[in-house]
Amino acid sequence: MMDLWSLFTILLLSCFIGYFVVWGVTPALHSPLMSVSNAISGIVVVGALITAGVDYAGSAKTMGLIAVFLASVNIFGGFAVSHRMLLMFKKKNTSVKEEKKL
Amino acid sequence: MTNNLLMFIYLAASILFILSIRGLASPETARRGNLLGMCGMMLAVGATVFSPYVSDYVSVIAVIILGGAAGVYFALKVKMTSLPQMIAAFNGLGGLSSVFISAAEITAGSEMLLENALGLIIGAVAFSGSAVAFAKLQGLMPSKAIVFPLQQFFNLVLGLASIALCVYFIIGKDINVFYMLAALTIVLGITLVLPIGGADMPVVISILNAYSGWAAVGIGFSVNNVLLIIVGSIVGASGAILSYIMTKAMNRSLISVMLGGFGSDSGSETKHENGGKTAKAGNPADAAFIMKNASKVIIVPGYGMAVAQAQHILKEMGDDLHKKYGVDVKYAIHPVAGRMPGHMNVLLAEAGVPYEDVFELDEINREFGTADAAYVIGANDVTNPLARTDSSSPLYGMPVLDVDKAKTVFFVKRSLAAGYSGVENPLFFADNTYMLYGDAKKVTEEVVAALEK
Repeated sequence: MMDLWSLFTILLLSCFIGYFVVWGVTPALHSPLMSVSNAISGIVVVGALITAGVDYAGSAKTMGLIAVFLASVNIFGGFAVSHRMLLMFKKKNTSVKEEKKL
Repeated sequence: MTNNLLMFIYLAASILFILSIRGLASPETARRGNLLGMCGMMLAVGATVFSPYVSDYVSVIAVIILGGAAGVYFALKVKMTSLPQMIAAFNGLGGLSSVFISAAEITAGSEMLLENALGLIIGAVAFSGSAVAFAKLQGLMPSKAIVFPLQQFFNLVLGLASIALCVYFIIGKDINVFYMLAALTIVLGITLVLPIGGADMPVVISILNAYSGWAAVGIGFSVNNVLLIIVGSIVGASGAILSYIMTKAMNRSLISVMLGGFGSDSGSETKHENGGKTAKAGNPADAAFIMKNASKVIIVPGYGMAVAQAQHILKEMGDDLHKKYGVDVKYAIHPVAGRMPGHMNVLLAEAGVPYEDVFELDEINREFGTADAAYVIGANDVTNPLARTDSSSPLYGMPVLDVDKAKTVFFVKRSLAAGYSGVENPLFFADNTYMLYGDAKKVTEEVVAALEK
């Protein structure tokens, strides 16, 4: 268990990392940025797993399982749609070759 | 699995997530970045499932597979033009997930009352706000701003009531108050997004994206998990930066976008004198003739291209001009074109336009002066020269594409109607502008037919 101050320190430092990393993203990829960050925000599944993973049945466990389901849709869907988008961003290698031939 | 090993894996996963976003710095490394993100997620989920905190892993894994299958199904089925609502929907599910986690935590007797309440509030607003954004983008409800009397006052009361309930819950520890708080914040999310109109959607989607990150941070505090805090704050920063970029590209404050109602008072705007000029209608064959004899053509796509699904035929036009007539063809994209950040880039990429031909506002704006023709398809406000010259215009100060500096301008548009801002575009009446009236796809098809003759 970590105390509140350590968690706060981690929060602030991560905000700085996020700030610099996100500014580095090229504007052309802002849509994939949203879907990738959306997918990784599904990391709440870790919290959901801990509440859903208990041995005894009950309303807390049921709610935890619903949360696991929703977060999984988010994670898998987010990564899959990002992959689809990123596959489309292509370089123009064919036309360059053609130009060299001419 | 020992706790130390678990912490180590969480650390590794955090680094993978950071590298994953880092990969998006360039299209060449982006796919690898996405894969790194998937690896990070697999590590984090796998380690948690087999950690001492989870004992019933059979049902948990079954639910993950079920949810994962549903997610992949929707992701593969969605059309690229429906991406904005898809992303809104996923955002909403993430928010709803946070709501259920904090509810489960409270039911299980968690002592972290404030943290759970924060996870609940942010998650609930992200959920219902995304639901409204989804409905607007999908066309299930009108996409224009929906305003009613005393709306902002009503939102303020809702917001204050949520804070009061939150405090009351922390003092009284009453679970019924917690449920009331959930209901109230879900309503708040709806009323916050209702007054925001279609063309402001890029900002809304970015903000909701940020919320889903901050909700993860709240949950991270409540379950005392470092990984959630690190990842959540990076996602939160990403959404915040995107909303900053979007509002800056519109020259509006975040507050003014959030208060909404923009563009709903069209018509009250004083009509600009066009010097008695009328807009000249051109025809696609003439446009084809001028463009094939040009040495440089810049294409400016907007939301109208997405609506008409004209990206494929547009790419054909660009290819014809370049390959048959040796014209230098470039695409210019305004940051807020479309309904989400980077929307136009994705559609052009889908049509097969190489990303080297697609330029951002800052990169290309000086080139309009040397362009023989500009082909504006489905864009309006982002080309309005009044933003540079008329300090009384609501658009004043907004960075625009200097389309008017090109020798000839073609506007593919259904009518002369004003854009989302309600401001008339004087460019329609300029001497060097030709209006190509009609559906973006049909007009471009006719241009291509004329080029291929």
